[in-house]
Amino acid sequence: MSGVPGLDDPRQPKTFSFDDKNTSKAQAIIAKYPEGRQASAVLPLLDLAQRQNGGWLPAAAIEYVAEMLRMPSIRVWEVASFYTMFYLRPTGRYRVHVCTTTPCWLRGSDEITSTCERVLGLKFGQTSEDGQFSLHEVECAGACVNAPVVQINDDYYEDLTPETMERILDSLKRDEVPKAGSQSGRTHSAPAGGLTTLRDQGAAGGA
Amino acid sequence: MLKDQDRIFTNLYGIHDWRLQGARARGDWDGTKEILSKGRDWIIEEMKKSGMRGRGGAGFPTGLKWSFMPKEVGDRPHYLVVNADEGEPGTCKDRDMMRFDPHKLVEGCLIASFAMAAHACYIYIRGEFYREAEHLQFAIDEAYEAGLIGKNACGSGWDFDLYLHRGAGAYICGEETALLESLEGRKGQPRLKPPFPAMAGLYGCPTTVNNVETIAAVPTILRRGGDWFAGLGRENNTGTKVFCISGHVEQPCNVEEEMGIPMRELIEKHAGGVRGGWDNLLAVIPGGSSTPLLPKSICDNVLMDFDSLRAEKSGLGTAALIVMDKSTDVVRAITRLSRFYMHESCGQCTPCREGTGWLWRVMERMTRGDARPEEIETLLDVTYEIEGHTICALGDAAAWPVQGLIRHFRPELERRIEEYRARYEAAAA
Repeated sequence: MSGVPGLDDPRQPKTFSFDDKNTSKAQAIIAKYPEGRQASAVLPLLDLAQRQNGGWLPAAAIEYVAEMLRMPSIRVWEVASFYTMFYLRPTGRYRVHVCTTTPCWLRGSDEITSTCERVLGLKFGQTSEDGQFSLHEVECAGACVNAPVVQINDDYYEDLTPETMERILDSLKRDEVPKAGSQSGRTHSAPAGGLTTLRDQGAAGGA
Repeated sequence: MLKDQDRIFTNLYGIHDWRLQGARARGDWDGTKEILSKGRDWIIEEMKKSGMRGRGGAGFPTGLKWSFMPKEVGDRPHYLVVNADEGEPGTCKDRDMMRFDPHKLVEGCLIASFAMAAHACYIYIRGEFYREAEHLQFAIDEAYEAGLIGKNACGSGWDFDLYLHRGAGAYICGEETALLESLEGRKGQPRLKPPFPAMAGLYGCPTTVNNVETIAAVPTILRRGGDWFAGLGRENNTGTKVFCISGHVEQPCNVEEEMGIPMRELIEKHAGGVRGGWDNLLAVIPGGSSTPLLPKSICDNVLMDFDSLRAEKSGLGTAALIVMDKSTDVVRAITRLSRFYMHESCGQCTPCREGTGWLWRVMERMTRGDARPEEIETLLDVTYEIEGHTICALGDAAAWPVQGLIRHFRPELERRIEEYRARYEAAAA
């Protein structure tokens, strides 16, 4: 497996296995798929392994999942390297994913990128030495009407400005996780100036 | 303008309770058993009558698609798979439906599965939508708990299981056969068709893949009747549609409107207009990143539906408008999309794997003007070499934005090349 990113990293654990909680979670996931189709569980199990391992997927976990699903390990390796959400080398505890695709770019993702670079002292693809942050460029996050958007771990931060971005990163430096969603104070994807539809409570809200 | 009582997604903005109690108050799960009791043929007929065309981008008639499934279940089970792998740049509508109106989708999954004789349905949601998946799973659990799905769903006698499956970051998995590959535990590389999924889909079994918005609209269409939906919009372009308006508008938003609303009216009524006024408009990408951009002169009068946008050599796609005002470096905007497609190509077909990277590299030079004028024609030629020569439509999707740029902004490309040459010569002199 030479040439696999991260494989030579000295932080690769020798072994991996699910803890008790994740073992039962894994069984519940496998049960979602028909008899003999347990390979379907490979994405969710790799995700579970990555979460248990603090945000990256060690080689031992890939082998472990292959064995659990009775898949040839190369099949699991190619899945792990195909999908962008799997990290094959250590990342930060806070993984900052900046969307720079056209809709975010039109709304200022260049400034969001430079703010992240300055505040974190990192370039895309880098992890801070203390392991607190890593900075990543991602393709369309799928929240375009709330651009520019950054995903940090499981949460989206939307309608960002360089100022709000800096505030979020400063909070995270203190391990305080700010409230996710729109940072401009508007309601989700509704127009900022006020509702143009669904203003009637009866129709909008039901009884 | 569409009346609120004709809107399907009444909690699009998440202002109200998205859980079962709130959903019921908005009319979800009302008379589901009665709908099922009318039978499969009635449901499919009513969907045909509604004129619903798939909301995932391709616009294939939904009722017709459903009718391709085998009439009787043979030795292989049937499946419904819901495509919730939303990732077409500009598009963010399914996200709001799943987090704020999840019960519409859950109910739609039951009804559509029943209509196609499927006892099981998988919803494939993009991995990044972690919080959205939490809401959706909560709604699925509530529906099981209330007997709405599971054994004898809604007391209908039909057993139905619904599973949520999270992806892990791959735009290509929004292509239906790549999605099935991924769901089976492999890399998301599209399958050659035929066989089509209706014959051999998930696990080689008869399968229909539908978009979130399509399936979530089904219960309302059936409650109100196919004729109600068909009465909105115009022939062959019926119903309501959730539009995503992003980019250079005063108030970017999602909004459900009537199909066929004029683009200008849509932008001005709901998104606060183009930044700096309508006259400051440069171009709009009307239906997600793969649809060719339209210059202001076309935007002035074009209607937002399948056939109107097709007539302008673009498309409705996912109905995601990316608005660009006159301050935009339009070449760079399209170049960034070329990079997107290069990044997302699965690498299976040579024209796409090699071609998307080539397009991006040439577009980077076009952005600077570092090219010869005849290379514009070469660039166009290469897009035609990619289009139609790959297993799936990602190659087409990469080609179209560049074609649109050359179609409408060729003088801008020429100007840059000329300016670059003049600068180079001045420096050399």
